[in-house]
Amino acid sequence: MSVPTLAVFKLASCDGCQLTLLDCEDELLTLAGEVRIAHFLEASSAVTPGPYDLALVEGSVTTPADAERVREIRAQSRHLVTIGACATAGGIQALRNFADVEEFTRAVYARPDYIDVLATSTPVSDHVDVDFELRGCPIDRKQLLEVITAYLAGRKPDIPDHSVCFACKRRGTVCVTVAHGTPCLGPVTHAGCGAICPAYGRGCYGCFGPSGSPNLRALIPLLHRDGMDDRAVERLLRTFNAPAFDKEVRS
Amino acid sequence: MTNNPATGVLDRDGLSALIEVLAAQGRTVIGPTVRDGAIVLAEIGSADDLPFGWGSEVEAGRYRLVPRADGAVFAHTAGPQSWKTFLHPQREKLWSAERTPDGALSVTEDDPEQTSYAFLGVRPCDLRAITIQDRVLAGGRYPDRGYRERRTGAFLIAAECTEPGATCFCVSMGGGPAVDGSGFDLALTEVLDQGGHRFLVRVGSEAGRDALDGVPHAPADAETEYAARAAVDAARDRMGRAMPPVDLRTLMGESLEADRWDDVAARCLTCGNCTMVCPTCFCTTTEEVTDLTGDHAERWLRWDSCFDVAFSHLHGGPVRASARSRYRQWLTHKLSTWYEQFGSSGCVGCGRCVTWCPVGIDITEEAAALHDERAGRLRHEKQKETQR
Ligand code: SF4
Ligand code: SF4
Ligand code: SF4
Ligand code: SF4
Repeated sequence: MSVPTLAVFKLASCDGCQLTLLDCEDELLTLAGEVRIAHFLEASSAVTPGPYDLALVEGSVTTPADAERVREIRAQSRHLVTIGACATAGGIQALRNFADVEEFTRAVYARPDYIDVLATSTPVSDHVDVDFELRGCPIDRKQLLEVITAYLAGRKPDIPDHSVCFACKRRGTVCVTVAHGTPCLGPVTHAGCGAICPAYGRGCYGCFGPSGSPNLRALIPLLHRDGMDDRAVERLLRTFNAPAFDKEVRS
Repeated sequence: MTNNPATGVLDRDGLSALIEVLAAQGRTVIGPTVRDGAIVLAEIGSADDLPFGWGSEVEAGRYRLVPRADGAVFAHTAGPQSWKTFLHPQREKLWSAERTPDGALSVTEDDPEQTSYAFLGVRPCDLRAITIQDRVLAGGRYPDRGYRERRTGAFLIAAECTEPGATCFCVSMGGGPAVDGSGFDLALTEVLDQGGHRFLVRVGSEAGRDALDGVPHAPADAETEYAARAAVDAARDRMGRAMPPVDLRTLMGESLEADRWDDVAARCLTCGNCTMVCPTCFCTTTEEVTDLTGDHAERWLRWDSCFDVAFSHLHGGPVRASARSRYRQWLTHKLSTWYEQFGSSGCVGCGRCVTWCPVGIDITEEAAALHDERAGRLRHEKQKETQR
């Protein structure tokens, strides 16, 4: 059996998620033995043409060119995994979805006519079929390894979609909402980070987007009780996964 | 309070000495301690780690650590953990497997030497919860070996309850603030009066007697015994909450289609906090770990909860997809189907699920609402009957 090829692509994003792969220092050598890295510009400019067995796609679709490119990537990839909040939910740049992009380009650029962008920033899954979505801003290193390992073993990755509270309690953290009245998005947020923020006394920011069964409507009154006005709640929900949380608010 | 003869009185130094004696036996002593604005359970090095002068004020969905002028050490209610954190830890390795270069597989069961614990300050409700988990995890045909070993090796120092919280309802679950019967090695009752800050000690086992013999203590005196009994008796009448005094099994059985489940589902975050803090909830899932080479695999247990959609995932999808069905699973299991499975209620009335639910959903209030709904339904049916 030949070694599977791995390709890493990027659309509109900050590169942080693909950096997570390079951050797998202890496992990188082993990984290099198990896959052939065929396309990973952040690591090497040497590129082998497709098709690829496993493609990791970072970033959201924000331009007509990206929309075209992601279709090409899909066509070249047997198994396509999107990584990070941009690729799975539109990312922070999806704040434009709630505003007028043309107005922005007029205000920012001397020659707005040079700018060719879409009115919205959308997840890759809005454009092509995706085999697995790995959430987070940024993604979690261990979860990325789990996704790759599971792919190599031919099994489903073990990435639970329950709330951050599960991880928070397993870790033995004192709930910041119950014990301190600190607003926390943990109860509606997808686990994956290991509940880092509450462990340091802060509320969850929702980096991993909505959990598998969020009940935002039940949480919002609590955020109000703990001192957030409507504007503050809106800002909290509109960070890295704005369109995904917005959909939940409206559902 | 009654079954075991009182055998001694400890002061703070005595308590300190007791911790030293247990540590010298090679035990990891776990007890209450202040951390991050709450009284949590953690390893205790000496009596100085205990929450002298700290108490808690609780309500549904609310916990506040408050200073206590009286310097009491056991006058607080349940924090976010229970002893299951140690006896039934959130993650545990079951076995590992290796594949050799020639393709042969070898499987090794994980059998580590288990920590020998001493638990200091186990509440009566939590003693009952441990007994319940014993039936679930150590009983039956397939006992959990790790649990059983940790459990048999554990030394239990109970602390009777003299300061129930606003979310406590152990009395209405058939328990109470007193430690009676067996199931402990030593039982303490904190007494604070003109006679000083002291602890009445009762012995519940040989190991308990040995430990007490090793620490300086005074013989039990009538005054301390009287004060201890009075404090515990008073606690019985100060429960913050109560379950409705009805047959909960019948109530649950006849409420499966109740409208109330929709009402609570609208409020419930399905966050799983209630099951994680509950001292009797035992559910786990298995986690299969492989490495990148595929030559090494492991199986782990980790806590799961019926509030997780994946918990009821069978072929094709989850059986309990709605919040309504998941909350109903939790409540009916705790209060009703637990009897069929394990011969008792699954709730001891510790109040943790009420306190630590971020939105303050209250198991006693939900049960009462289901009771009212059923009573209304029965009245209505009776009316129709007589009209005919
Ligand atoms: S701190 Fe946040 S994540 Fe942790 S249990 Fe509380 S609400 Fe959930
Ligand atoms: S009852 Fe409360 S703690 Fe339990 S899942 Fe619902 S919101 Fe979370
Ligand atoms: S159901 Fe709630 S009150 Fe009952 S034992 Fe569990 S956590 Fe305690
Ligand atoms: S209530 Fe849910 S988590 Fe708790 S023991 Fe029952 S099924 Fe398991």
